[in-house]
Amino acid sequence: MAWDASTDEAAQAGLERCEAVLAKVGARAQALVTFERGHSALTRFANSRIHQNVASDEEHVRLRVIVGEGQVAQATTTRTDPESLDRLVEQTLAAAALRPADPEFPGLAEPAELADVDHWDDATAAADPDARAAVVADFVAAGDGMESAGYCSTDAAVHVLATSTGIRCTSRYAMAQLDGIHRAPTAAGVPSDGYAQATSQRLADLDGGAAGSVAAAKARAGVAPIELDPGSYEVVLEPKAVAALLLFPAWLGFNAKAHQEGTSFVHLGEQQMDERIDLWDDATDPRALGRPYDAEGTPKRRLDLVRAGVTVGLAHDRRTARLAGVEPTGSSIGNESFGGYPTDLFLGAGHQTREELIASVERGLLVTDLWYNRILDPKTQVVTGLTRNGLFLIEDGQITRPVQNLRYTQSVVAALGPGHVLGVGDDAVLVSNEGGVVHCPSLHLAAFAFTGNARG
Amino acid sequence: MFDLAQAAVEAALAAGARYADARLMIVRYEQMAARNGVVEDLTQTETAGIGVRALIGSSWGFHATPELSDEAARRAGRQAAAVARASARVAGPELELAPAPVVVDSWSSTWEEHPLDDVSLGERADQLVAVTEAIAAAGVPVGQASHQIWDTEKWFVSSEGSRIDQRLVECGAVIDATAIGDGETQRRSYPGVRGQYGTRGWELVRELDLLGNAPRIAEEAQALLRAPQCPSGTTTLILGSEQMALQIHESIGHAVELDRILGWEAAFAGTSWLDPAQLGSLRYGSEIMNVTADATLPGALGSFGYDDEGVPAQRVDIVRDGTWVGVLSGRDSAPLIGRESGGMVRADGPARLPMVRMTNVGLLPGDSSLEEMIAATDDGIYMDTNRSWSIDDKRLNFQFGCEIAWEVKDGKLGRMLRNPTYTGIGPQFWASMDMVGGPDEWRFWGTANCGKGQPMQVGHTGHPSVPARFADVRVGVR
Repeated sequence: MAWDASTDEAAQAGLERCEAVLAKVGARAQALVTFERGHSALTRFANSRIHQNVASDEEHVRLRVIVGEGQVAQATTTRTDPESLDRLVEQTLAAAALRPADPEFPGLAEPAELADVDHWDDATAAADPDARAAVVADFVAAGDGMESAGYCSTDAAVHVLATSTGIRCTSRYAMAQLDGIHRAPTAAGVPSDGYAQATSQRLADLDGGAAGSVAAAKARAGVAPIELDPGSYEVVLEPKAVAALLLFPAWLGFNAKAHQEGTSFVHLGEQQMDERIDLWDDATDPRALGRPYDAEGTPKRRLDLVRAGVTVGLAHDRRTARLAGVEPTGSSIGNESFGGYPTDLFLGAGHQTREELIASVERGLLVTDLWYNRILDPKTQVVTGLTRNGLFLIEDGQITRPVQNLRYTQSVVAALGPGHVLGVGDDAVLVSNEGGVVHCPSLHLAAFAFTGNARG
Repeated sequence: MFDLAQAAVEAALAAGARYADARLMIVRYEQMAARNGVVEDLTQTETAGIGVRALIGSSWGFHATPELSDEAARRAGRQAAAVARASARVAGPELELAPAPVVVDSWSSTWEEHPLDDVSLGERADQLVAVTEAIAAAGVPVGQASHQIWDTEKWFVSSEGSRIDQRLVECGAVIDATAIGDGETQRRSYPGVRGQYGTRGWELVRELDLLGNAPRIAEEAQALLRAPQCPSGTTTLILGSEQMALQIHESIGHAVELDRILGWEAAFAGTSWLDPAQLGSLRYGSEIMNVTADATLPGALGSFGYDDEGVPAQRVDIVRDGTWVGVLSGRDSAPLIGRESGGMVRADGPARLPMVRMTNVGLLPGDSSLEEMIAATDDGIYMDTNRSWSIDDKRLNFQFGCEIAWEVKDGKLGRMLRNPTYTGIGPQFWASMDMVGGPDEWRFWGTANCGKGQPMQVGHTGHPSVPARFADVRVGVR
């Protein structure tokens, strides 16, 4: 049943505050106001015990005003009583008045129809610390005495956006995550870590025992790793590793601002990636977690970025869209200095199982996770980082040996380039990483450059 | 404000906590960013709230509320105790808190010009616009400039009787120029890629002379597009003090965090290659390597009066004459290796749990200088200004890139080199350090974006640093 914001206490409180702020601004400026009220909790464990367990109630109001012909300022406060909101309005107006007019200011969005999106779960929103602890307990128990570490979190929030142009948007989201490792003891003293994760709108979807078993099996399989020489290897990247790499084209490639400034790799209409690659942004997909509108109030729709390997789209906010003479794509994250960002990224799944991908490798590496990934150049998309939590040698289609972690230095675009994607898994899942949430499968790539091992 | 924090502590105790503390914080923050002559982002934030820690048995609980009322404070205290009870479902061994003095005090950092109250918004904006216009005038397509300002007030109350209020004013700025070539981009930043920040007033930003340095970085960014690639091989490496600050942060600062050493960060930030059994005997680097964690350095970004457990700021030796002798610790971690708290536990806001964070982790000056290092090098490379950074989860295997480098031949600087990178293994790298810059080149770098923890927290850390020289380093990794 569709969410009825008119009966939701938080949504109504948000609308009231937004209306109050808009009324205080009055005719003195154009304005965009957002309100968010939520609850976040994270139960963290290490050495097989819960050692950090936190929860916080959160509420804030953000105001953006535009005085005259584009004098813009924005401010945020967690103090939402009437006096504090008065102060917010007056200070923001005062700040805007001191600013020079921005000739490129694109104006506020107008009201538009939103997709019917409700990424919500009552039980997740109401989850208590005992519910999270139970998931953790199952994960830990699956290790059968191995040391474990990780977290189980729940987040839920109601969001309201209102503008002086008449937009009144409400939305809500819930999210639950389980992320952890088991650590198998080794003769060398350094534990072998195995990883598993689960991300969903529903805490009930997180099976601590199942995830713990996956992590424990990987940890056990990783004992006594061999050292491998650096070099170019065929790889099967599991979804967590794929998500880590996709952050960089999403952040610095499909960002229309980067494209307009010439620092993006994107050449629209060109076959820059393998024909097996389809990449898009879609907050309206039931598997996603995002809102149906962006930080400027522009409705979100599916945005194709790569279709059969051809780059076809860019993530625009209102400013870059105006410059490009196109419609904004609902990709604003509220920071024009940064540009647009695809917040709900999907990489299309294939038809091969993970086992089939592995079976098709003559000699290569199975990579669970990539860690501390840093970009060396946005235009070439060369990234360096390290493998983590499970690296295995594949020979003649079989996993034969665990391998000590390796450093890679590799262009993401080249790795996904034409002819380089040998297989796409059918195992697409929601993965949370540094840049947000990505829905992606495992990939079999022809070549991946590993540039260092434990000796440097 | 003390009354609200006290109410939260009382509620947690009444709900069964054997120890509780509460921090009420009000933080004013401003970030302004300009690009190519236009201020594109001006964000001002006021964050207020109360965060409560409760300890029941061996289990912690934490709860935060943004509402500053007696009722909300007491509710947060009760909730913190309830969370602690849930932690006991997956409990650990007995937990002992290191002793902390009972303190009733008020502390403030010092400033000459308050960045928010004494400098007009217009002046702050004009500077960023002028800098980016100067970069554009030099023919570089992307010029950026930004500053950040924090004014933080804290009221801390513990169930042991401490009542401490503190005020910290911090600020800093960064500018950069990006030149775009056919197949790559080249960026030059000033004063460093993360800027320069300190626990000081706007005088810090004035001293940087951002406008005066804008044309130089624009010129260097363009020159880098034409410069030859940094060669691959093994050579003598000289690092400038900004890159040294990053090297210290990543391969010493994080490695000596006791929570990492104990495995508390194993699933995310990682662990450490260090074993507490070797504390006091392990050789971390060469004999000219001396590292301290000193939260008492005036004006440095990792300085304060008391940490978020109410422990006084202090100076702790980390590496003495090349030997590992100290860690970064707090009240619940230090007793596990038989030590006192180092007073290094901080949170990035009222809604976050305090955790072990770097203070000012820095290399003490030696007796050389950058000029002497270059003069004493027959064949090597001088690199500076961090561009990329990646290090493994044990803080051993690192690969760092810099924005700029120069050949060093026969004791003189030679050609500029682009895309310089170097890689190494921590203790081997530090063991190869054979020259360290002197007191005249000792600079307190401040990093305002150190990520750690889940939920992620952004810490402010300081890194006193000098140029230094290293033998036989692998460079030009591709």
